Amino acid sequence: MVGHGVSGMLGEDGIHIDMNHLKSGEVNLGTSIMAINFKDGVILGADSRTTTGAYIANRVTDKLTQVHDTIWCCRSGSAADTQAVADIVSYHLNMYSITNNESPSTQVAASLFQELCYENKDALSAGIIIAGYDPRHGGQVYSIPLGGSLHKQSYSIGGSGSTYIYGYCDANWRENMTEEEGIDFVRGALREAIKWDGSSGGVIRLVVLTARGAQRHLYLPDTDYTGPGVTN
Amino acid sequence: MTSIGTGYDLSNSVFSPDGRNFQVEYAAKAVENGGTAIGIRCEGGVVLAVEKIITSKLLKPDANKRIATVDRHVGIVSAGLVPDGRHFVSRARDEAASWRSVYKGPIPVSALSNRLGSYVQAYTLYSSVRPFGVTAIVGGWDSEAELAVDGQVGSGPKLGSGGKVDGAKAGGPGLYMIEPSGLYWGYHGAATGKGRQAAKAELEKLDLSSGNLSLIDAVKEAARIIYVAHEDSKDKEFELEMSWVSSLDGPTHGRHEEVPRQLLEEAEKAAKKALEGEDDDEEEEQEETKDSGNSGERMEE
Repeated sequence: MVGHGVSGMLGEDGIHIDMNHLKSGEVNLGTSIMAINFKDGVILGADSRTTTGAYIANRVTDKLTQVHDTIWCCRSGSAADTQAVADIVSYHLNMYSITNNESPSTQVAASLFQELCYENKDALSAGIIIAGYDPRHGGQVYSIPLGGSLHKQSYSIGGSGSTYIYGYCDANWRENMTEEEGIDFVRGALREAIKWDGSSGGVIRLVVLTARGAQRHLYLPDTDYTGPGVTN
Repeated sequence: MTSIGTGYDLSNSVFSPDGRNFQVEYAAKAVENGGTAIGIRCEGGVVLAVEKIITSKLLKPDANKRIATVDRHVGIVSAGLVPDGRHFVSRARDEAASWRSVYKGPIPVSALSNRLGSYVQAYTLYSSVRPFGVTAIVGGWDSEAELAVDGQVGSGPKLGSGGKVDGAKAGGPGLYMIEPSGLYWGYHGAATGKGRQAAKAELEKLDLSSGNLSLIDAVKEAARIIYVAHEDSKDKEFELEMSWVSSLDGPTHGRHEEVPRQLLEEAEKAAKKALEGEDDDEEEEQEETKDSGNSGERMEE
């Protein structure tokens, strides 16, 4: 890299993305997040660990953020960056629903997230999964990884913990699962991610988005992540 | 300043004591001199048509278009000052493009009309500008298909998204008319320009709200209505320009396009025939009255 400064989020080799380029003391969501499509809509899930370096700044973080009635996102990367982005998108979706007299589709939310993440890619450290339900399009899952590209997926996993569960998800994922099966899948995957990833931990939070609206679930480690709607 | 008028008509941003903005009303007068423009909204799409008065024999026929495409799915036709119309269309294109850059998809016709209404209204507020000398008709089709985000990769579950509600609102035709004041409404059928009264009367006869008119019939009706509206300025020659936008499974696949040459000629032929028919009827009626008058005279003798 002689003669070239290291720019953006690339590491010193100029090829690999530097995952540890946060400012000293910056709060990081070393994270396990995911969102899936199921029969009636979408389910979002996340662990709850927030770290500053080795210190756990928050053990019960809520990484599932609402940006409209039934459009939510899972945040990973810098806590400050992703909160700011989600706030801006939330504002725009609110304005959209008022000026156009109809709720925004998940596509609208995804394109707003993408615009912000792409145009500010050099300043941001944000990996976001967007999941939403609307009556016309049903449930949809979009992923926006570090560079600001946009991917529509049937399910999406993200954050440092996701690397440990690619196999689990590939083996256990099925299309058109029932709500109970979907919850079991997400909960099972996140349990593995938390088990293997040092930067993930705490409780498992879920949000189920369907025609009925948004429902939250909470699963605690002391009961081995069992709880409502879960059979072991 | 001469002593004509009250002085309240010289500037925007000055109300007359009875609450009128004369500049806006004069702009509306400019529209009334323009060639008739109409729009018809039916189940299968929207048709736009305009009567272009031929101001010079030297103008190339079929060139000098008056209907503009704003985005793939929206068209605009206007009556009044042509250069004002061009500027209006340019703004419409900017709005449509700006929507695409933010939302990564086509602008709904209602949202475009709303933005254009706001734009035109702003030109009634300031003394440094004059209002638009046009009334514009915006016609388009909001896609009934599920649209991807422009530039997205991937397509989600093979089976498709879960939890869709059958019959959830999904696209359709849109027709709006924006006046110099910035006022705009949604219409089944819209008419503006010189022959608007005759055109409106004809549009009302079509019973557009029943949803029984097919898009092809709407094209023919549009041509006929422009011909009817032209009756009052028969001394001037004119050219008919028409465009349409249909549903995705219709002839234009959701795009705003010129009506094909062949269909346009067919519609013009039918329009001329319909008018001749009307003339014949009138002549017959006149002859009948003449006859009865004559017979009356004869009886007196």
